[in-house]
Amino acid sequence: MIKLDKVTKVYPDGTEAVKEVSLEVGKGELCILLGPSGCGKTTTMKMINRLLPISGGQIYINGLDNTKMDDNELRRNMGYAIQQIGLFPNMTVGQNIETVPELKGWPKAERRRRAEELLELMGMDPNEFMDEYPNELSGGQCQRVGVARALGADPPILLMDEPFGAIDTITRVRLQDEFLKIQQEIKKTIIFVTHDIYEAIKMADKIALMKEGQLVQYDTPANLLYRPKNEFVENFVGTDRALKGLQLIRVKEVMTSSPPRVKSDEKVGAAREQMEREGIDWLVVVNDDGKFAGWVDKADLGRGDRVRSIMGHSVMTTTVNTVLNEALSLMLSYGLENLAIVTEDNRLQGVVNFGVIRKALTELTQRRQSE
Amino acid sequence: MRRYVVLISLLTLLIGLTVWITNLEWIKEGVYKPFTWGDILNCTRTHLEMVLIAELIAISIGVPLGILVTRPGLKKLATPVIGGANVGQSIPSLAVIAIMAPILGFGLQSAIVALFIYGLLPVVRNSYAGINNIDPAIVEAARGMGMTKGQIARKIELPLALPVIMTGIRISTVITVGTAELAVLVGGAGLGRITLTGVFSLQPLTILQGAAPTAALAIILGFILERIERRMTSRGLRVKAEMS
Ligand SMILES: Nc1ncnc2c1ncn2[C@@H]1O[C@H](COP(=O)(O)OP(=O)(O)OP(=O)(O)O)[C@@H](O)[C@H]1O
Ligand SMILES: [Mg+2]
Repeated sequence: MIKLDKVTKVYPDGTEAVKEVSLEVGKGELCILLGPSGCGKTTTMKMINRLLPISGGQIYINGLDNTKMDDNELRRNMGYAIQQIGLFPNMTVGQNIETVPELKGWPKAERRRRAEELLELMGMDPNEFMDEYPNELSGGQCQRVGVARALGADPPILLMDEPFGAIDTITRVRLQDEFLKIQQEIKKTIIFVTHDIYEAIKMADKIALMKEGQLVQYDTPANLLYRPKNEFVENFVGTDRALKGLQLIRVKEVMTSSPPRVKSDEKVGAAREQMEREGIDWLVVVNDDGKFAGWVDKADLGRGDRVRSIMGHSVMTTTVNTVLNEALSLMLSYGLENLAIVTEDNRLQGVVNFGVIRKALTELTQRRQSE
Repeated sequence: MRRYVVLISLLTLLIGLTVWITNLEWIKEGVYKPFTWGDILNCTRTHLEMVLIAELIAISIGVPLGILVTRPGLKKLATPVIGGANVGQSIPSLAVIAIMAPILGFGLQSAIVALFIYGLLPVVRNSYAGINNIDPAIVEAARGMGMTKGQIARKIELPLALPVIMTGIRISTVITVGTAELAVLVGGAGLGRITLTGVFSLQPLTILQGAAPTAALAIILGFILERIERRMTSRGLRVKAEMS
């Protein structure tokens, strides 16, 4: 889908920003350009949509040399989220998002519908934000509008230069998850720049690690972590490799999918019997409709009549696509021993706890070492 | 709000002064023929005409010129053009006006050309700065989304530069109202006729009779242009503090 062949960029002032970079991104793949500041990530990206003229080598889009295409046609079919965000200050949020659809001549109603859909996707209420101007938004909100604008005309290719850079950690993790979920459905070909290695490991199908304009290693996240090509990669990946490895595993791969559970209107006695029978000291409480309600602990059993009246109401849950690293971080920050995994409408799907995570980690390390 | 109070009191003061002087009995019995209401209104009208004509020419030349020298191919011309306009304005206005008479002869045309030259700089400079100071990331985002050069100019650059350009036009107009006082020296007309008569005949009240309406005119034109400027500025470009 996108192929770079010995791509080189020398700026007019003589700076050699990109040196003979070759890489291929398949259709539907998410490729992350990773590397320290100034290593040439943005430069590489801007040569793909020809914002910068290439100095040497070729770039092919669907097998066609991109210098042979019409610039504007090329760019309208390639969503672009620029590093500096660059929203148009004289246009509303809605008008910003509708830019490319308008250029492509979509009818007004359809454009507006698309803008609403994208705002919702970004977790921003269309009623509240559609007619706001960029100077009325926070930095994080601006950045989300920038991403929505890039997705505007539903382009098959996306170029995103640090799209989540200015967003707070919690929203950022949510957007990453959301983005990955959409990506599983829509399968766009994406080139994504970041210098956050956690983000890279979590999101990428393949990571292109760059250093001073050169491509050092182009590989899967796992290989980058466990089979670093040289010392630079090893140092860049860092020492806490085990923890970073947790970014590679999703909750659904390791969770206990049928945790011991009890209905909220059961008698406390029944809960006690179940615990004794299964030899455990906790149960997940669900409502009649299978939705997650809370936890009941052996220590709480003495009081009350129904499970409902004695259970702990923990609101902290997560979904199957969460990576283990984040699940662990949730458990640590909320002091949970067990974390409920639920569907979007809050139905219980499973549970993870420290034991499960430790086991996954051990397996991961052993597997890598034996390879 | 406080600005309006100041503006209106100032205007009332200036117009009140004019009315008071013009209605004074003793001036009419003075040694020279005093200026009547008809004179003042006539002079104000010609004053306004000169200013508007000169300003229209300054805008129709200055705005395109300022914008053109921001374009990639013509960037090299920016320094000489802005520099040239700067030199134009560093010459005293009296000199600019005086030079015109020998070249174009005595008459309204000399006055208007001189006023145009003198009013050109703020228009050119602000048109240039308005476009040139746009955050390059915004233009790059527009390019990256596949807008043509024309679309970028129309939808992004012009709307963003418009408030700055309008400020230039306003400053230029207000300056020109003042400079036009001197037009009478090269055969032009306007309120300068009254003011300068007062100066040469050592009549302070006559000076005021010309100067007060001139000041009022500058304030009114400046105010109108400021309203237009606000009208034309997208809500997204107004500073937050200004909105509240
Ligand atoms: N217009 C330019 N002219 C000359 N040199 C430039 C220009 N733009 C970038 N460079 C240089 O090229 C190199 C690569 O820059 P680039 O912006 O691609 O880095 P980056 O990897 O995107 O960095 P960051 O993470 O800070 O965004 C840097 O050394 C930079 O100083
Ligand atoms: Mg960059």
